[in-house]
Amino acid sequence: MNVLWTWIAAGLTLAIFSFLYKDNPFYKFAEHIYVGSSAAFWFIYLWYFDIKPKLLDAWVMNTGFEKYILIVPAILSVMMLTRFIPQIAWISRWAIAFTVGMGAGLGITGALQGFLVPQVQATMLPLWEPVSSSTLYNLGHSLNNLLLVLGTITAIFYFYFSREHKGGLGVLSKIGITFIMVAFGASFGYTIMARVSLLIGRIYFLFHDWLHLV
Amino acid sequence: MNLWDRLATIDRRIIYLLVALGVIIPIVAKLSFRVTPLREVRQAYEEIEKLPPGSVVLFSIDYDAASMPELQPMLVAMLDHCFRKNLKVLMMGHWPLGLPLGQIALEQVAQKYHKKYGVDYAFLGFRPGVAAVMINLGKDLRQVFNTDYRGTPVDSLPVLRNVHNYNDIAILVGLEAGATGDAWVQFAQARYNQKIILGATAVVAPDLYPYLQAGQIVGLIGGLRGAADYEQLVQVPGPAFLGMPAQTIIHILVVVLIILGNLGYFARRQGGRR
Repeated sequence: MNVLWTWIAAGLTLAIFSFLYKDNPFYKFAEHIYVGSSAAFWFIYLWYFDIKPKLLDAWVMNTGFEKYILIVPAILSVMMLTRFIPQIAWISRWAIAFTVGMGAGLGITGALQGFLVPQVQATMLPLWEPVSSSTLYNLGHSLNNLLLVLGTITAIFYFYFSREHKGGLGVLSKIGITFIMVAFGASFGYTIMARVSLLIGRIYFLFHDWLHLV
Repeated sequence: MNLWDRLATIDRRIIYLLVALGVIIPIVAKLSFRVTPLREVRQAYEEIEKLPPGSVVLFSIDYDAASMPELQPMLVAMLDHCFRKNLKVLMMGHWPLGLPLGQIALEQVAQKYHKKYGVDYAFLGFRPGVAAVMINLGKDLRQVFNTDYRGTPVDSLPVLRNVHNYNDIAILVGLEAGATGDAWVQFAQARYNQKIILGATAVVAPDLYPYLQAGQIVGLIGGLRGAADYEQLVQVPGPAFLGMPAQTIIHILVVVLIILGNLGYFARRQGGRR
């Protein structure tokens, strides 16, 4: 059975790769299978791990307040589905508003507590920090701190748009954009690595699992 | 038509062919070379290494098949490390499509070390509501997972008997192909001070370095390179380690093509001026 699945996977991989030559029915076939199977998989997962245990089973098993509070999410779910009926699609906005409100509440507290404050704290670094007996090491370490502080401050200045970037502000924003460009370059390099890794993964599968040449 | 004009009009499929050969040849020829593990990967390794036997490590599968080549070798190497050290492994995930990949790796490595389901490891599965799941795990794991993936009540699994919230989880390992890693840091680390190691695709990894620098995560394993580093540290060479020569060759090819492209651009611009 495994052999059959390996052959199917190899055939679909080659069908997707065939797009590199040009668009063709094999590619379209594989693409549609991927989209269809992903959607089906999501549907099954949401049914078995969300709707069934959290709503249906919970309704049967719970009593009192814990049982009847489930009516609220059930109604919100039905309201969300009204999007498919144009005449009453506006009702879905209430459910969306609930989701957005909850998301914003969680997002804001999460971002402040988990990102902004710790990151600002991590940027408040001493510009000279002896951490070793070696002066050279201390110099390198302190240079790192300096770069981090300078990069953060100048990058923020780059996004200050209330005044024209001239004079001192111009210099700071130019330094800031240099840091930002270095970050983009690093990201781009990593992205190339990621894409090549995917190709390596597929080629390894074809030559190892399918053809047994490796 | 001079050389630069010819290069500028080259059929892109020739470049695809070069890239394909650059990957196929090193893999088929089984080229390999030693990699020096990055500091952030070594940090992750050492955090797992210093855990006493019996400690609980929670893995979160936050990726799917599209990121499998980078994250699956990472997962296998880390599971190998955990089981070898007799740590207890729990697995869950926020990406339903990736959970079967996690389960395959878990069963495969558990079998290698003769570990028993329910005693040494458990697969909890998926629950919707990313942030809500993370926050509730800090209060009571049973509020989120009252049963495992197979529907077995968690209280009947010995591995989970003493696990109630983050206080009972030594390290959380998030394997990330998207923004779920940020959520883990924001909700599990910031609120509950949970120790976190993140493994991420190379696209995601640069965004996670600030967390490492701020001490919000204790280790970072980025992309295929990170996975190869971890494989080397646990001395279980796998697909990531074998893929590194191809990775290097393609990087060199890309650098050469970028240089050629730029030289061609300036040469043609100068030619146009004349």
